[in-house]
Amino acid sequence: MIRVVLPFHLRTLARVNDEVELDVGGGVVTQRSVLDALERAYPMLRGTIRDHVTQERRPFLRFFACETDLSHESPDEPLPAAVAGGTEPFLVIGAIAGG
Amino acid sequence: MSGVRVLVGTRKGAFTLTSDGARRSWEVSGPHFAGWEIYHVKGSPADPNRLFASQSSGWFGQLIQRSDDGGQTWAPVDNKFAYDGVAGTHQWYDGTPHPWEFKRVWHLEPSLTDPDTVYAGVEDAAMFRTTDGGQSWHEMSGLRRHGSGPHWSPGAGGMCLHTILIDPTNAKRMFIAISAAGAFRTEDGGDTWQPINQGLRSQHIPDPTAEVGHCVHRLAMHRSRPQVLFMQKHWDVMRTDNGGDSWREVSGNLPTDFGFVIDVHAHEPETIYVVPIKSDSEHFPLDGRLQVYRSKTGGDTWEPLTKGLPQKDCYVNVLRDAMAVDSLDACGVYFGTTGGQVYASADAGDSWSPIVTNLPPVLSVEVQTLS
Repeated sequence: MIRVVLPFHLRTLARVNDEVELDVGGGVVTQRSVLDALERAYPMLRGTIRDHVTQERRPFLRFFACETDLSHESPDEPLPAAVAGGTEPFLVIGAIAGG
Repeated sequence: MSGVRVLVGTRKGAFTLTSDGARRSWEVSGPHFAGWEIYHVKGSPADPNRLFASQSSGWFGQLIQRSDDGGQTWAPVDNKFAYDGVAGTHQWYDGTPHPWEFKRVWHLEPSLTDPDTVYAGVEDAAMFRTTDGGQSWHEMSGLRRHGSGPHWSPGAGGMCLHTILIDPTNAKRMFIAISAAGAFRTEDGGDTWQPINQGLRSQHIPDPTAEVGHCVHRLAMHRSRPQVLFMQKHWDVMRTDNGGDSWREVSGNLPTDFGFVIDVHAHEPETIYVVPIKSDSEHFPLDGRLQVYRSKTGGDTWEPLTKGLPQKDCYVNVLRDAMAVDSLDACGVYFGTTGGQVYASADAGDSWSPIVTNLPPVLSVEVQTLS
């Protein structure tokens, strides 16, 4: 299972209290496969992390894992083995900005 | 037993304020969607328990929430607002072409007769419609594809479609307004549109009488006279008696005719309300005195309404969607401020009192009259 940590507002929207666990199926675990699985499990999150049309990461969100900023990696790049293996979470982080 | 429910959108959530017909004591519920910008909340005239809310955030984009129990519980519906076909370009602040980009929903206007049909006015300016209660949204692209579209440009607040008025006698006839393109009318349910800006005069554009380019802040209509519209333009309060074919200025003796809101008394079609704001450079009331102005003659002659409103050291603004009326007798009038106050008058504006005083900045106020 893949572990995903969402920012506060998306946890509220998805009505989850803690990190979520996802079965992304077989194959290589990538940002795209994780986010696809996340949006299948929680359809209300569609459009909140990735733009509906372009599927690009929303500008004020970042993707971290294993103490690394993966935000600018290709969405089809394999995620670290620790994320794929479920020992480390994939983190969706809201930029610290605004009021 | 009659009552009212005031739907308030703020920078940090939505609130509902409810009272009985006396409108003296209020129950406050919220924040709903705490921490999110709620540009607009509005109920269906056909089913008052069905509410729609525009929820947005710079981080997470746009959501639409729907309630089927008068705001006690909410559930997200479809939030995909995709422009129809190739989006094309409009004019940017510097005059260069700029791609149409969806930013947020400013205004939700439910059908007068069908609780599943809602119109959405969005930034960058376009109109969307759902006919399945929000499960899917589709652009009514005839508006954006009007020949003038590439010449539309944003106002300081963005290029927003902020007003949608439906003719109660003919649902295919609607009026909309865009900052800073102007007002438009459709006679065929939204397939085709025509600009209705003749008579507007805007000094801040190269041709002050251009077909489009006017910064219309708000339109208002009385349901008994859909041919008569009132407009708060950037500067100038305007009136049309022929469905927008021509406008004339009715600012009259207003101390300043800059402002955002305008609304019409529920039972007196010639009684209208505005909140004069000092200028487009200073978005607060004149002399720190918050005053609603009322005209009982459809414009030209105005009287200040100050009883119960702060008359010194008040430097709030009242944004374009933040005034509404109920249909009780006497007519109730409501408005919200960027200082977080929502004021109510249960006597058509003669006197005012705050319902709440410390909300986040108020973006919109709507009222449902409940029976």
